Amino acid sequence: MTTRRDFLTTVSGVGAGLLIGFRLPRHLGAAPRALADDAELNAWIRIGADDRVTLLVNESEMGQGVITSLPMILAEQLDVDWTKVRSEHALADARYGNQSTGGSSSVRGDYATLSKAGAAARQMLIAAAAAEWSVPADECTTEPGVVVHTKSRRRANYGRLAARAATLTPPADPPLKDRKDFRIVGKATKRLDTPAKVRGQAIYGMDVQLPGMLVAQVEHCPIFGGRVARFDGTPALHVPGVRRVVEIPSGVAVVAEDFWSARKGRDALDVHWDAGAGGGLSSETIAARLRELSPSGVTAIRTGDPDAALGAGRRRLDAEYEVPYLAHATMEPLNCTADVRADGCDVWVPTQAPTGTRRLAAQITGLPLERITVHTTFLGGGFGRRSQTDFVADAVQVSKAVGRPVKVVYTREDDMHAGWYRPVAYNAFSAALDADGWPTAWVHRIASPSILATLGPLQGGIDRTSVEGAQNLPYAIPNLLVTYANADFPIPVWFWRSVGSSINGYVTECFLDEVARAGGKDPVELRRRLLADHPRHRRVLDLAAEKAGWGTPLPAGRARGVALHESFGSIVAEVAEVSLGDDGVPRVHRVVCAVDCGQYVNPDTIVAQMESGIVFGLSAALYGEITIAQGRPVQSNFDDYRVLRIDQMPVVETYIVAEGDPMGGIGEPGTPPIAPALCNALLVLTGKPVRRLPIVKKA
Amino acid sequence: MPSYSLTVNGRRRTVNVTADTPLLWVLRDHLGLTGTKFGCGIGQCRACTVHLDGAATFSCQIPISAAAGHRVTTIEGLSPAQLHPVQQAWIDEDVPQCGYCQPGQIMSAAALLTQHPRPTDAQIDEAMRGNICRCGTYNRIRRAIHRAAGEGRGAQ
Repeated sequence: MTTRRDFLTTVSGVGAGLLIGFRLPRHLGAAPRALADDAELNAWIRIGADDRVTLLVNESEMGQGVITSLPMILAEQLDVDWTKVRSEHALADARYGNQSTGGSSSVRGDYATLSKAGAAARQMLIAAAAAEWSVPADECTTEPGVVVHTKSRRRANYGRLAARAATLTPPADPPLKDRKDFRIVGKATKRLDTPAKVRGQAIYGMDVQLPGMLVAQVEHCPIFGGRVARFDGTPALHVPGVRRVVEIPSGVAVVAEDFWSARKGRDALDVHWDAGAGGGLSSETIAARLRELSPSGVTAIRTGDPDAALGAGRRRLDAEYEVPYLAHATMEPLNCTADVRADGCDVWVPTQAPTGTRRLAAQITGLPLERITVHTTFLGGGFGRRSQTDFVADAVQVSKAVGRPVKVVYTREDDMHAGWYRPVAYNAFSAALDADGWPTAWVHRIASPSILATLGPLQGGIDRTSVEGAQNLPYAIPNLLVTYANADFPIPVWFWRSVGSSINGYVTECFLDEVARAGGKDPVELRRRLLADHPRHRRVLDLAAEKAGWGTPLPAGRARGVALHESFGSIVAEVAEVSLGDDGVPRVHRVVCAVDCGQYVNPDTIVAQMESGIVFGLSAALYGEITIAQGRPVQSNFDDYRVLRIDQMPVVETYIVAEGDPMGGIGEPGTPPIAPALCNALLVLTGKPVRRLPIVKKA
Repeated sequence: MPSYSLTVNGRRRTVNVTADTPLLWVLRDHLGLTGTKFGCGIGQCRACTVHLDGAATFSCQIPISAAAGHRVTTIEGLSPAQLHPVQQAWIDEDVPQCGYCQPGQIMSAAALLTQHPRPTDAQIDEAMRGNICRCGTYNRIRRAIHRAAGEGRGAQ
């Protein structure tokens, strides 16, 4: 019944206005076919005899722009014409080290390596030309895409030199082009992947089609920590198009000729589950447990004598802040395609973790690592979720069981129920104010399930991701205590855009506004005073306040809120202009964002990522919540896990502080300040602090 | 297995599938047109938007039995010879991030401009509020729609 495309999967390469498709043979070798004749100067750079430059990207493109920004770094030092550059995802390969995209680390983490790789390839091209012309290499230089010997006016295109250059030994310490001579890095540059994406030609994991491929859906245990007790696959096998029903470690897979047959087969499945220990869990029992654990937290930082200072203050303030589990809800539901054979295994997957994927596939198949080929496709969003590999395991297991290429597709409901959520957290705050209303003590007790504990034992009982943004509070408060208590539940938790800062940015910046209010201080003035030793923070705050018109009149019913937070090496301040709708739902009209991310590569990406981070944080602040009942997640799709839509979108203005400081990240730091900026505006409007998210509760 | 015929991107196509198979999965799994995306399966995100007889429709909610005999346009067939003004505007504003929702956004926007060649912000809100973008490209989407309309070719 299926019309199978008997041709090979076409994966879009990307180029400036130039779309080059290449084909993925089923048993793909080291290099995509279109590149087979190109000279490989190093792991990142291939140049064809026709001067075509292909730059390989060892990080995963999930919207944050690495498929463009990393090639910009290479192209700058290689000295090529940007319009001749195309880029594509690299295969998983040990030459790139551990390929894992996250922590807003791609550009700042790879900058030095890629600069050197570009410069080394340029030196090799120069050496090839010098040898051909029998002139000293140091008499040669380059213009974009051309080696030039000025004295003799000889010129040779890179394409003509590439094959010879590729045979040379790369220089250990190639000279780097100076920043003042940059033509590409630091300039607003259009994304290379846009033309393919607007034509519907970009290939995401969901779009992978292989000859003979089957499509599977997996029925996972609906209760976290539970497992299959018994099942009857017979009714599913009677559904037209269903080929196999197989049990795998994570559940029961229905393998069919297409998605819809798999879906119907799965509906016909009869599975009984062992609930395990998590069967009685609910959001209420989890919240109660976190409160119970809170006082027993381990000290993350202590300065001065917080207990004494709390007792000695003129005024004491106490507050409890709570945040829920959150799903990532990437637009592309989780999926993975695997082809397990006796001689090897290929995996096509939208993943943030190519290296982890490769290792896992080797583990499951028992094949040596060299026999595992991981093809990273475009990711329809990641936000941290795709650095997990649970969906990879599903696909490899099913393909291994049925001996055919299999694409495992999660439905939206599967995706939302699969866990690996942003952790819940309970935060107990106390502060003391002196007679003039300035804070003298700050105590923050965090109780939250640990992400890092799922990877290994915690050092000193502290999960650094749980205290990030709280432990390093930038404000000069002389007596400070931050503690952390890990709470272990069977609900898997994981990195979610901005991780601990998504929580600590909200709670610390909101409690600080409570402190400001109690002390009769303006929120910006209070922060400025407490940031005397943090000039970069203060500069960002001042810029946001100035551009937002802080202190100037607003239309009736509107208020401003401000928040400032450093994460992933970048400092971001946001001012939100907010009103309350007739329905009580807040409306954010305008967000002014100032960011100091140090030196940068593509300023247009910074603007895009700030806006993106703000929308992501706003969706979570207004609506985001995974609640648990009887061990199961309650929400299942975009009808009950609401996200921001275009008619709620505020105007966003982004201002970049460019003072040449060390590079910071950009994919995540826009997210933490928006929830507190919004809530601090609501504090002004209503007089009541918002101490629990989301703001809009379902009726 | 029953047989259904429909016109997809100007070509008559026949598929043998069960009557309840959503148009989305006919396009993706049976016709190899993967530009139309699966996002939610319940008509909440509209990543699967196509034109059914010219009107923006979410294909995850239309069974093949209802689509049969009709004219379907997908992102691949929106403007095969050259870029549609909406696609060009998307490039000029560099709208996409992850890009997964963008074929649906573009199909919704193209249908809007057919109806309202110079849409107001309120008309954009109305026509586009069904399309979710998790990367938050909404402001660039709005700018791109105005740009496509401003060039006066929006009604093509």
